Amino acid sequence: MAQVAARRDVRDADPATPGIALEGVRKTFGSVVAVDRVDLEIADGELFAMLGPSGSGKTTVLRMIAGFEQPTEGRIRLAGIDSTDLPPHRRDVNTVFQDYALFPHLSVQQNVEYGLTVRGIGRAERIRRAGEALDMVRLAGVGARRPDELSGGQRQRVALARALVVRPRVLLLDEPLGALDLKLREQMQVELKAIQREVGITFVFVTHDQDEALTLCDRLAVFNAGRIEQVGAAADVYERPQTRFVAGFVGTSNVLDGAAAAALVGRPGVFGIRPEKLEVLPAGTAAGGGLRSTEGTVAEVVYAGSTTRLIVDTDAGAALSVVQLNADTGPAALRRGDRAVVAWHPESVRTLESASPTPPPEGSA
Amino acid sequence: MIRRSPGLRRALLAWTVAGLVLLYVPLALVVLNSFNASRTFGFPPSGFTLRWWIAAAGSSGALQALGTSVLAGLCATAIALVLGTMAAFAVQRFRFFGRRAVSFLVVLPITLPGIVTGIALNATFTSLLGPVGVTLGLGTVIVGHATFCIVIVFNNVAARLRRLGTSFEEASADLGANPWQTFRLVTVPLLRGALVAGALLAFALSFDEIVVTTFTAGPTVQTLPIWIFGNLFRPNQAPVVNVVAAVLTLVAIVPVSLAQRLGGDVAGSRT
Repeated sequence: MAQVAARRDVRDADPATPGIALEGVRKTFGSVVAVDRVDLEIADGELFAMLGPSGSGKTTVLRMIAGFEQPTEGRIRLAGIDSTDLPPHRRDVNTVFQDYALFPHLSVQQNVEYGLTVRGIGRAERIRRAGEALDMVRLAGVGARRPDELSGGQRQRVALARALVVRPRVLLLDEPLGALDLKLREQMQVELKAIQREVGITFVFVTHDQDEALTLCDRLAVFNAGRIEQVGAAADVYERPQTRFVAGFVGTSNVLDGAAAAALVGRPGVFGIRPEKLEVLPAGTAAGGGLRSTEGTVAEVVYAGSTTRLIVDTDAGAALSVVQLNADTGPAALRRGDRAVVAWHPESVRTLESASPTPPPEGSA
Repeated sequence: MIRRSPGLRRALLAWTVAGLVLLYVPLALVVLNSFNASRTFGFPPSGFTLRWWIAAAGSSGALQALGTSVLAGLCATAIALVLGTMAAFAVQRFRFFGRRAVSFLVVLPITLPGIVTGIALNATFTSLLGPVGVTLGLGTVIVGHATFCIVIVFNNVAARLRRLGTSFEEASADLGANPWQTFRLVTVPLLRGALVAGALLAFALSFDEIVVTTFTAGPTVQTLPIWIFGNLFRPNQAPVVNVVAAVLTLVAIVPVSLAQRLGGDVAGSRT
C-alpha cells in the first residue's frame, strides 16, 4: 500500500511531466531493427493510439513501455522517472494483452484480484475492489466462472478489469479489439472511451486498424518500418498527412506525383487529396468558383449504400478515386464510360514528403 | 478425419486387435496363473487357489524388495522433479550459448542402452568414488535411476513450457508479481499436470528398472525386479513371483492412466 501511495504523490506533484516519454529509443533483434530512434511524449490522461502495419515496431514499443523488452538504445521515462531498467513488476503500467492471457487455473474473480493478491492486500478489500472493477466492465456475477467458460468479448472485459483494478498510471492495450467481431468491436470502442473517461488514466493502444485508431484516440502516432511517420490529433493526421505513407495508410488518398501532379496541381511535387474532397460532375458542367478541375472518363462506379465510389481516369494521366455521399440525389447518374469533370478546392490538396523522413547521417553507432 | 477405404479400415482394425492380443494375452496369463492350483503353470489351469497370494503376502523377501523399490522410486523421482524442472526452465525460458547442446545432453541418457549406463555408473561408483567412501547400495541405485527419470520430467515440463508460452508469466509480472510470486502462483499451477505426469512416469520407470539397478545395487540391496529375477527360476518361489507380477500389472494401470489424463489436460486446471 505504501508503495502505491508514494506513486500517487509523484503523480499529483508534477502534472506537467509527460506520463510517458521515449527518448531516442531503438531496439534491434539480432540484425533486424524493430524500432529505430523513436521520440515520443504521451501526456497524462491521454487516449493515445500507435497505428501501423504489422512489423512496423508499434508492439515492440508497447512491450518496451511495459518492460518486457529492453531498448537497445535510448531511455524510457514514466512520470518523469527513468524506468528503462525497471522490470515489469516494478512499473506503474498495466497491459491488456492481445490474447488476454487470463490465468486458466484461476476463476474470473481470482484473475481480477491477482494484482491485489500479489501486493498483499487483504481479502475484504480485494473482494470489494475486484467487484467494482467487474461492475465497471459490466461483468458483475461471472466471478465464479473460469476464463474458458466466457465468450471472447467477456474475456476481454475481464482482462480490462484485471489490469484496471490495481489503478495503474498507464494502461497499455495490445490490439484490444482485434479478436472481436465487428458489432462487438464497435460496442467496445464506445465502452473503452467511456471507461477511460471514468478512470482518467493514460490509455495507450496498439492497432493496425486506422478506423479504430481514428475513432478511439485523442492523438495517434503512425508507425512505419520502425519509425514514427507522424504524430498528432486524429483529425490532424487525417486531414493533414505529411508523408505518402500516412496519406495512404490513414484512410485512402489520391497520391499525385510526376507529370500528373504538375498538370493537376500546377506545380511539381508529391501531393495527396482525399477521395471525399473531390467532386465529380457530368462533362460540360462548369465547376464552381475557386475550384480546380480536370476532365476524364469514368472507369468504375461502386455503389456502397451511403456512398458511391467512382474511379475517374483523368486526361492528365492519373486515376482519381472519388467518394460521393448519396445524400439526396440517389445513386450517381454517371455510368462507366461517361465523360466527367472532377473538381476540388485547392486547399484540399496536401503536399507530401516523397519518402519517409530521412534519418540523420549515421555516426559511429 | 482422413477418409479411408472399407478394406483399409478392416485391415487396420485387424492389426490393432492383433497387436493388443499380443500385448495383453501374456499379461492375462500371468494373472490367471497366480490363481492356478498347479505349481507348473499347466494350461488350462488345473484348479483355483489363493494359496500363492497368501504365500506372497507372507514372503518377507518380496515385501522387503517392494519397500526398497518404492523408496528408490520415490527418491529418484524427487531428484528428477527438481533437476528436470530446473533444466527445462533453463532451456525453455533463457537464451544462452550451448542451449541446444544442453537440451540434447539431458535427453541422451534415455536413449543410451541401460547396460552402458550401468557399466559407466558402476565404474564411476567403484573405481572413481570408491576411494572417497562411496559404496554400492540404495544411494547409488537412486542416483542411477535419477539419470533417466530426469529425462522424463524434463521432457514433460519442457513440452508444457513451450506450449504455454510466456504470456501468462508476462501478465503476472505486469500485474506486479515478483519473479518468485509468478513462479509460485502462475507457473507451478500451470505446470502441475506435466509435473504429476512426469513424476508418475518417472516412478514407473524406476520401479521396474533392472539393468542399471544390477550394476549399481551391490550385493546388499534388492529391488523388486531383482528379487523377481532371482526367484523366477526357483521352483518353490515361481508361483509367488506370478502373484507379485500380477499385482504389479494391476498397480501399473493406476499411474499410467493418471499420467495420460493429466498429461492431456491443457493447463492442468481441473484440480
